[in-house]
Amino acid sequence: MLEIRSLRHEYAGRTVLDVPSWDVGKGESSLVLGPSGSGKTTLLNVIAGLATPTAGTLRVAGEEITRLSPSARDAFRARKVGLVLQTLHLIGVVSVRENLRLAQRLAGSPVDDSRIDEVLASLAVATLAGARARDISVGEAQRVAIARAVVNRPALILADEPTSALDDANCEKALALLLDQAAACGATLLVATHDNRIRSRFARRLEL
Amino acid sequence: MRIARLALAYLASRPLATALNVAMLALGVATIAFLLLVTHQAEERLTRDARAVDLVVGAKGSPLQLILSTVFHADVPTGNIGLDESRAIATNPMVASATPLALGDSFRGHRIVGTDASFLALHDAKLAQGRMFEAEMEAVVGAEVARRQGLALGAPLTGAHGLAASGPAHGDHPYRVVGILAPAGTVADRLVLTSVESVWHVHEEHAPARKEITALLIRYRTPLAAAMLPRAVNAGTAMQAASPAYESARLLDLAGVGVQTLQWFAVVLMASAALSLFAALSSALQERRYDLALLRTLGASPASLAALTLAEGVTLLMAGAILGLALGHGAAHALGLWLAASGSWPLTGLAWVAGEAYLVLAVLGIGALTCLVPALQAYASDPASLLAKR
Repeated sequence: MLEIRSLRHEYAGRTVLDVPSWDVGKGESSLVLGPSGSGKTTLLNVIAGLATPTAGTLRVAGEEITRLSPSARDAFRARKVGLVLQTLHLIGVVSVRENLRLAQRLAGSPVDDSRIDEVLASLAVATLAGARARDISVGEAQRVAIARAVVNRPALILADEPTSALDDANCEKALALLLDQAAACGATLLVATHDNRIRSRFARRLEL
Repeated sequence: MRIARLALAYLASRPLATALNVAMLALGVATIAFLLLVTHQAEERLTRDARAVDLVVGAKGSPLQLILSTVFHADVPTGNIGLDESRAIATNPMVASATPLALGDSFRGHRIVGTDASFLALHDAKLAQGRMFEAEMEAVVGAEVARRQGLALGAPLTGAHGLAASGPAHGDHPYRVVGILAPAGTVADRLVLTSVESVWHVHEEHAPARKEITALLIRYRTPLAAAMLPRAVNAGTAMQAASPAYESARLLDLAGVGVQTLQWFAVVLMASAALSLFAALSSALQERRYDLALLRTLGASPASLAALTLAEGVTLLMAGAILGLALGHGAAHALGLWLAASGSWPLTGLAWVAGEAYLVLAVLGIGALTCLVPALQAYASDPASLLAKR
């Protein structure tokens, strides 16, 4: 699913990411560990096609990302990658359902409300479908952010610091949700974090 | 969710700022649309009334006053001229037709005009009911006069001295309506026509020894007359000749200064609205830079982010333009109703002038340019660095 070879990214003349070689198989869950500023978010951005690496090759779901045009990368990301951002950011001015519909439309899929209902129900937030995203709680937003990441049944789910701001109980819950949803859609899960509490839940790890 | 719906959701999320931006744009558009409507209809009206007459010969004085009083019937005459002198002009070989006018009285604000049958041909007016006046104290009324005063054939009407409805009445000399004109969209709609002899009859107690009329409305037989006849009248007689086309152009020039000042004021208003729109979009862009970054992570292209910002701006512009046009037309119509109630010249807000299309295009064009900078900023935003910073 993910093959990285000699991947390097420089920013302002400084090397901010250097991964000699790393592979993650289909359906596997893997952790990217490292302190703040070690390049975890940069790695996720590069894998998602949001940033172009300075050197190296990167193959995601059989596609050499670095060779795709910017528009092809946007389309690839929309279809194949689900992102859970550290900030759990949702579009606050529209409803939870519209946030998920937006993800479907941008992936080029027709709006599928039954899939949205199914995902929201599996995350126990079905009752929030009509609520405006800016009016829901942080815990609810976290579930909705996960729902948005999986609504298109992506091949790869990237989660950036999904548990860092949570207490132990909620950290465990959030991680369980992510793992369950990734397993439910057969996606590969990549979690970038500096949170050592979740280290033991992942057999595969990349230390930056 | 489509880009347009998301743009609407963003606008709806800050209703006060949206309403203020739309209101500022609308005020500028409304002011210009109102001025366009009023000036266009005034010019059209003046041109249509003036086109019928090549030259007016009347008593010496202000040529503009002579034209206003005899062609547009909106001022008091400069005086009277002798009937014999006027006949000498009327029989000039360069003159195709000479229509006499004898003014002095009015009926409830509508001027009573002593004239002859050539007046109808001059203004392309036709009888809708009845017949042309023949005997003394018979009158033909314009369509607007009949409608507003509820006059039917056979109805009596009494003139009052001067133009004001409150002038001293000639109660002992009532006219009788024998004809009603069809609406012509000219000054004839607002007049009461009778014979010159009837006007003399009403004023016979105060009449001078020699017969007088107020003016002659002349149509040229030959284009050469335009160069020769006015000079001949002005230099060789005690009368003056004035050209309606020239004087109405002068009048429009005089009024144009005021109109232009108001138009510049409206342009400044719209420029302020454009700046306000720019500030609003830039600030909104700053507020939602993470939304834009998120949309990029979901697969939105840079072009669709620019389109989202443009859609917001264009929605504001369209709303401002539509509301502005509605306000401008509403104000023109309200003024038209008020003017109609006072018997003045007709004005309607239910008309369109070509300038309004250019106005809307200019608003959309300038507005779109204003939105372009924030749209380009949205296009160029880098989601990776923004998300990494957060």
